[in-house]
Parts: sequence; C-alpha cells; structure tokens
Amino acid sequence: MSLARTESPIVRRTLIGIALFYLILFIFLPLFIVFATALEKGIAYYFNSLTDVDTVAAIKLTVITALIAVPLNLVFGVAASWAIAKFDFRGKNILLTLIDVPLSVSPVISGLIFVLLFGLQGVFGPWLREHGWRIIFAPPAIIIATIFVTFPMVARELIPVMKAQGNDEEEAAITLGASGWKTFWYITLPNIKWGLLYGVILCNARAMGEFGAVSVVSGHIRGLTNTLPLQIEILYNDYNFTAAFAAASLLAFLALFTLVIKSLVEFRFRAELKALRKERSH
Amino acid sequence: MSIEVKNIVKTFDAFKALNDVSLKVETGELIALLGPSGSGKTTLLRIIAGLESADSGEILFYGKDASDKKIKDRNVGFVFQHYALFRHMTVFDNIAFGLRVQAKRVRLSDDKIKAKVKDLLSLVQLDWVGDRYPSQLSGGQRQRIALARALAIEPKVLLLDEPFGSLDAQVRKELRQWLRRFHDELQITSLFVTHDQEEALEVADRVVVMNKGKVEQIGTPQEVYHKPASVFVLNFLGNVNIFQGRVIDGKLYLGNNQAKLPQDAKSNIKSANLYIRPHQFDISRTSQGDNAIKATVKFLNLAGSSVKIDLSAESGNILQVEITQQEFSKLQLIKGESVFVCPKDITFCEYEI
Repeated sequence: MSLARTESPIVRRTLIGIALFYLILFIFLPLFIVFATALEKGIAYYFNSLTDVDTVAAIKLTVITALIAVPLNLVFGVAASWAIAKFDFRGKNILLTLIDVPLSVSPVISGLIFVLLFGLQGVFGPWLREHGWRIIFAPPAIIIATIFVTFPMVARELIPVMKAQGNDEEEAAITLGASGWKTFWYITLPNIKWGLLYGVILCNARAMGEFGAVSVVSGHIRGLTNTLPLQIEILYNDYNFTAAFAAASLLAFLALFTLVIKSLVEFRFRAELKALRKERSH
Repeated sequence: MSIEVKNIVKTFDAFKALNDVSLKVETGELIALLGPSGSGKTTLLRIIAGLESADSGEILFYGKDASDKKIKDRNVGFVFQHYALFRHMTVFDNIAFGLRVQAKRVRLSDDKIKAKVKDLLSLVQLDWVGDRYPSQLSGGQRQRIALARALAIEPKVLLLDEPFGSLDAQVRKELRQWLRRFHDELQITSLFVTHDQEEALEVADRVVVMNKGKVEQIGTPQEVYHKPASVFVLNFLGNVNIFQGRVIDGKLYLGNNQAKLPQDAKSNIKSANLYIRPHQFDISRTSQGDNAIKATVKFLNLAGSSVKIDLSAESGNILQVEITQQEFSKLQLIKGESVFVCPKDITFCEYEI
C-alpha cells in the first residue's frame, strides 16, 4: 500500500460517509421526489399531464429552440476554437474573454440585454415594429437568448483539446497535398470528435434547461412562448404540483441521459487522452 | 531538383529568425542544416516547404521562383520532428493519405494505391505494420512511417526537421546510417535540420552551419571541421582548447611559454587567440622544445576509441587532450602525474591588433 493511503480506516470511512450523505441529501433525494411526486396520482395521470396542450407546446418550443441553438453554436464553437487554438492574431485574448461572458453574467441580465435591444423601447424596437416583426415576448427572443447563454459550451470544450493537439497533423496533411477543407474533414474533425460530442451534449442540456434568460424575454404566454422550464413554473404556481413534477421529470430524464452519455464519452475520451499522453512521452 | 535560397529574411515580432540567408542545394545532394536552437534552421526549412513565408528574398526551384507557389505545387516531402502521423488512422491509411487526397482526374485507382503503399512499407522495411495505429509503434518505426508517407507523393525534394531528435541514442545512430544508404539509393535532393554535429558530419554531403539567423559556413563535413570559418563553427563542431597569447616583438607568448606565430599573422598584431582541438596535442614526459606546456593529469577517460585526458596547466587552465589507445599504452599515464603537452597543429587563430 502506498504511503499516501495510510490514513486510518476511521478517517476513510468518515470521509466516504460525508460524501455519501451529501449525495443522498442533495442529489438522490430531490431526484426521487421529482419522480415520486410526478407519479403520485398514477401513471395515467402522469401521461395525461404530459400530453396537455400547453405542455406539448412547451416541449415543442424547447425542442425547436435547441434544434436551432445547438447547431449554430456548434458551428460557432468549432470556428472560434479553431481560430484561437491554431492561429495567432491580434485580439485573441479579447475573443477568449468574450466567449466566457455568458458564463460569468447572470442569465437574468443576459435576457435583459435582449429586451433592451429588441423591446418596444429598445434600440431596434421602433424599426422592428415598423416592419411588423415581433421578437421580444415571442419565440425568436427565446431562441436568441438561448443561443447567447449556450454559446461558450462547445468552444470551451474544444479549445483545450485543439491546443493540446497543435498544428502538426494539419501541416502534414497540407504538405501531402490536402486542401484546407479536406484537412479539416479528414484530420481535424476526427481528432476533436469526442470533445465536440461532449460540448454538444452540454450545450443541448443547457439549451433545454435554461430558465433565467428565457424567462425575461418570453412573456409567459401559455401555449405560445413557454419553454419546458417556464411551463413547469407556471404549473407549479397554479398549484398543479403533479403536472409540474411530471414536466420536471422530463428535464430530469434529460439530465440523467446527458450524464450517462457524458460518462460514456468521457470514458472513451480518457482512453484517447491516455494514448495521446503516452505518445508525447515517447 | 536544385534549390536556391536567396537573401531570405524572416522576422517573428521583434525576433529576426533569418537574416539574409542564401544557399544553393544541387540536385541529389544531402544537406544538413546545423545550428543551436534558435539559429533559424527549422524556419528556413519551413520556408522552403512553403509552411511559412519569408518577409523578403527568393526561393528558386530548378532556377524558377517558387516563392508564390502553394505548398501543394512545390512537390516537397516534409518529415516532421514529432512525426505528425495521423493518430486516428492506421499506418496504411497514413501512407495512402497523400495519394487519396489528390484531385479525381489524377488520383490513382484503389488497387494502385494499395500496391504503392505496400511498396513503400517494404522500402522502409516495415511491411508488417500496415494495420497498426501510430501509437502502437516505436519511435524509430514511426519516423520511418513518416518518411514513407512523405515519399508517397513522389516529391522532388525531401525536407526533414530534426528527423532523429526524439529518438534514443542507439536508434538514432542506426537510423541515420540507414538514411544515408536510403538517400544514396533514391538520389532525392534532401535537406535535414539537426543540432547534433556528429549527425551532420556523419550523414551529410555538405553542412550548412547556422547561428542567430545567419549562415556561418557552408562546406563538406571535412571543411567545416578542419577549416572552420569562424570561432562559432569551431566551437560548435567539437571540443576545442583556447589559448590567449600576447605578441611581443613578433613572438607569441602563452603565459610563460613561447610559441611560434602562425605564418599568416600580420606583424602589427598585439594578441592572438589560438584554438587547438584535443587531438592536436602530443604528450610526453620530457619537455619537447619551448612551446611545450607543463601540466598535471587530472582525469582519464579510457572508454572509446581514443583516450580523453583532462589536464591542468601551470597557468590554471584546463586542457582537453585526446590521444590514441596505442599512444596511451606506451605512456601509461597515471592520475596526478606531471607531463608536457605540446601542440602539433592549430585549427584556428584569432588576432587583435
């Protein structure tokens, strides 16, 4: 046994005990309550609450929002991390800091920014009204706010991966006659695929679960501008606890699903990182 | 293909990586770019390949300006220091990559690509590793695969960046002899970058010694070793002893010793630095003329083809001397004994007026 592991069994058991207690109190118990409350009036009621018109509309809007925000951020994330990791240019550090802004700013403020930009009293408000476009208190604002909040997710996963890999393989491909596009498709993309998948999963989870920013710009119009998290709040405020928890269980499922995929990807990714480290030490 | 580099200048921010570098490589030559890190040798190689662009100056391939040519059209094979093998591809796919990415109208058929990759694998004597991934190969094997991959596109010029830099000493020696034989077989114009003087002197037809972004000397290994153009080249290519002497009335004094002034010295010099390689000394127990230096044996290294001896001279200077094993067995020197060291020849002189 290594010296680092010579603590007495009491210390070890106490530490493990504290960790377990925490997990049970803050993770397992709430999760259990979500599902227990959702199912407390039976499975039929559970499915009825999920097929309620407003809830279905909320699910639809959530899915549409994610379907637009995630691919856009995927493209942005790859482009930004490519630029940051592989090139040197002026303002690189500024770009790096800007990417982090949505993570350091409160989501409520993120939402407010768009109200101030596109709202009736906002910068573009009068112009938008003239042309008959409605952004705030409508799905476009929800999508824009979600894109804003989730845009660091992919880039932040990819930048370290790309930095660690350097330019060597791309340069090799180019000296072998590959075009820029072929180099990206056959060399860069396969090398970052696990990091990319991981980033997309996190981005999607955040896009579907975002509350604060979306709440500010949504207007809470039932069946029209509510995403799933907003719908849960409304149902809860209506004292419709079972329906609220039924909808919440969907998000909980999403979280569990994300966690499982994340662990699987991390597992795969770790094996590759290990190989990478081995390669370096040769 | 002959390559000509003319007055290349390259600056990174404030750092002048290459400062007016010119050189000419003849068709079929194997050239070593030798220098310490930061001397600009890798930058020069990358500019020739087209991976970097020069601030000013020209690159001529076969007498034609190639400065504006894209990497693709330069037809060069580049072998990277850390191999840069595609880690997610098998060895076979790595070598086939350059053939597969070609435009459809010039691309070989799958069968032909397969046959060609097999030929290349046997050329580098690694027929059996086609299905493996780069991480499953040893360093020396990876280097040879990187070479095979570069050769697949039938380059006219082969550029190698520190090809043996990250290998064990043993593998290094084997591989550089292999590279020499390989080059003699293929006759492809090649440049390789190295900071290891032994490697450059052993393998190359000609050596380009670089320092601080400038070419110090271009010549055969023999020329750069025995007739160095500068103190830098002299120091970089091997151990050397320095003697600082004063000149009085046309006679050179090294401490208490008197030495003959080299014939090319002008009459008005006041001091001279003499550089003498370790093998250019005789050791004897009796004084052999007035330029013999009295010294004490401090350290003996008997391992190797010659015997390396460290001596401390009366002046306090440490001398490094190398004599043959035969000479040593005649003398039977012991640590701590007093002897006379006599220079036979001088490699380089530096004068001050």
